[in-house]
Amino acid sequence: MNSTVFWYVTRASGIVALVLLTLTMVLGLTTTARARARNWPGFAHQELHRRISMMSMVFLAIHILTSILDTYVHIGWAAILVPFTSSYSRFWVGMGTVAVDLMAAVFVSSLLRPRMKPGTWRGIHWLAYGCWPVALAHTFGLGTDSGEPWVIALGVVCILAVGGALLWRVRVTTRRAEGISVASESTPVGRHLVTSSTKGARRGQ
Amino acid sequence: MGNDVSQAPPRSAVHHLLGHPIDLAGHVDAHGPLVVAMGHHDQWQRALTASLESSGLTGRGGGGFPSAAKLAMASAHGHGGTLVVNAMEGEPASDKDKVLLSRAPHLVLDGAQFLAAMCRARRIVVCIPVGRDGVAAGVEHAMRERSAARYTRVSELVVRPPDRFVAGEESALVSWIDDQRALPVFRPDKGTPLRIGKRPVLLHNAETLAHIALIARHGPEGFLARGLVEEPGTSLVTLSGAVAQPGVVEVDRGTPLWEIARRATPVEPAQALLVGGYGGNWVGPEHFDTPYASISLRTIGASAGVGVIAVLGEQSCGVAETARIARYLAGQSSGQCGPCVLGLPAIADDLALLARGQADRGLMARLARRLGEVNGRGACRHPDGAVSLVRSALAVFGPDVAAHDRGEPCAHWRKPSSLPFPQLIAL
Amino acid sequence: MTAVRISIDPVACEAYGYCAELLPEAIVLDEWGYPIVDGAPLPADLVALARRAVRDCPKRAITLTKKSAH
Repeated sequence: MNSTVFWYVTRASGIVALVLLTLTMVLGLTTTARARARNWPGFAHQELHRRISMMSMVFLAIHILTSILDTYVHIGWAAILVPFTSSYSRFWVGMGTVAVDLMAAVFVSSLLRPRMKPGTWRGIHWLAYGCWPVALAHTFGLGTDSGEPWVIALGVVCILAVGGALLWRVRVTTRRAEGISVASESTPVGRHLVTSSTKGARRGQ
Repeated sequence: MGNDVSQAPPRSAVHHLLGHPIDLAGHVDAHGPLVVAMGHHDQWQRALTASLESSGLTGRGGGGFPSAAKLAMASAHGHGGTLVVNAMEGEPASDKDKVLLSRAPHLVLDGAQFLAAMCRARRIVVCIPVGRDGVAAGVEHAMRERSAARYTRVSELVVRPPDRFVAGEESALVSWIDDQRALPVFRPDKGTPLRIGKRPVLLHNAETLAHIALIARHGPEGFLARGLVEEPGTSLVTLSGAVAQPGVVEVDRGTPLWEIARRATPVEPAQALLVGGYGGNWVGPEHFDTPYASISLRTIGASAGVGVIAVLGEQSCGVAETARIARYLAGQSSGQCGPCVLGLPAIADDLALLARGQADRGLMARLARRLGEVNGRGACRHPDGAVSLVRSALAVFGPDVAAHDRGEPCAHWRKPSSLPFPQLIAL
Repeated sequence: MTAVRISIDPVACEAYGYCAELLPEAIVLDEWGYPIVDGAPLPADLVALARRAVRDCPKRAITLTKKSAH
């Protein structure tokens, strides 16, 4: 196949994967109990989060495959999973590999979820937080299209989206920890210490 | 009986838990040495099981489950497990396990040894809560006496879980022994055994084990000679409330409630008895002659529970006391299940308003709804006990409740509580 | 026809409410957002939705059982 086709496909699919990953992050960050928009069904939010993450992995797979098949620059098969082993732009491709490793860990852990302790699954899922900035760095560090204004604009939008979702999540969690009941019927003594997890919330009273 | 379980002739024909020598030498003198596994293990096991079964002993930790059946289920679950002696006694109104361990530690430990031998457990763990250091010291002293005299077969040790009400619940205790988290676990099927790692855990209340120690040594006749035919034996009961002599007494099963209460010398006429503990039920005067036995208590919607009878005098307010108990129980939630963490305080709020005579129009309906919603929706029985107590209060104190609801509370609601609480409960 | 029943682990549940969104016929939320189930067998046409609820629960608090109730 013409190397140029691979070259275009790998760049395009990479951008799409990044956008979908950003969307996945935003959906994941905004999944919290009780603090929800009125007409937005929570189960749909959850399913969207899962399906978009799957879609991003599909585009990621295309991105990885085409980047390796493209003979213009050499990126060995090992570089898919082992970071910093490609001869082309070792560091920035390596960052991409790190992002793939983290995503793979999240994906596998979700498959094996019934078999692991909830705390373990949660810990691994939090790796996803690391995955996104690494992917972002990989995109802009490699520099292929990062000079283009629309790509920069896209990057800024992604950062704002995840940043905004993160701030929102932090605010909701701290508000809840301060005892402000968000959606329950208020009782005179309704200021219960309900954190995002009720586990252990009332120990030692 | 085919294989006589007792080695020595019975020294004490009357079955009783209290009043025995505390030290090991006196104990052996009174009951004979500890002899387990006579002849073939299976034979011995069957003989002991038969003994327990014919004795009709049921668990004294609140569950009331037939001990022989519980033992049979446990034996099927494998060897090398842990036998847990539950002396947590999280119920503030109960002192029986504390008294028993202080005055007859060897009986409890012997009972544990018998069961451990039956189920081939490899260790005995006695759970005494933090805060009962005197009791723990006494039990450890008894254990040292036993190991010095090479009296025991299975190793014994004392552990000190945190002093919390729900820590007494079986799965919470096992989870603590396993990894120091005293939290109940969701067990949809209570027939599956508790485990630590792969090994089974057998859990028994301290008083139950003391009874077993006597039955295993002397046969079931002593036990059968006391109590009722349908429900034989004795029980320890903690008496408190409006009485001059609160404390622990040993009673024959089937003794009428008021006769038991009289032993603590009530100081005024009683308007109700609290039976079973703070997760139990109020009983009105029309039922004061009910025999203290599961079958009889069940017909009035109550149960023996953890062996507590508290007297509520006429000069007290049943609504206020119930509100205090509800507030206490709400604070004892382990915090794991929403309906309990949120529902019990809400119920306590409603009851506090009622006690103060500040009920809003929808309070009674709201309270009834919440009681229905909280019941059965936790991982353990803690919320269920609270609901049962409150519902019994609404029934027994009906006229009072109505008056409070109208905004005409009785004069007594402000009085300090006559019930024991570990800390001051404000209304 | 084996009876399929909903079972909720009250320790894991944190009142996300997705199960009630998917199965309003079988699950009602109490005033604090926690699900109330009656333990009755699910009608056959709701089983697929119930499986979706099982997958969607962020805390894996809801499961389906095929045993008969005790």
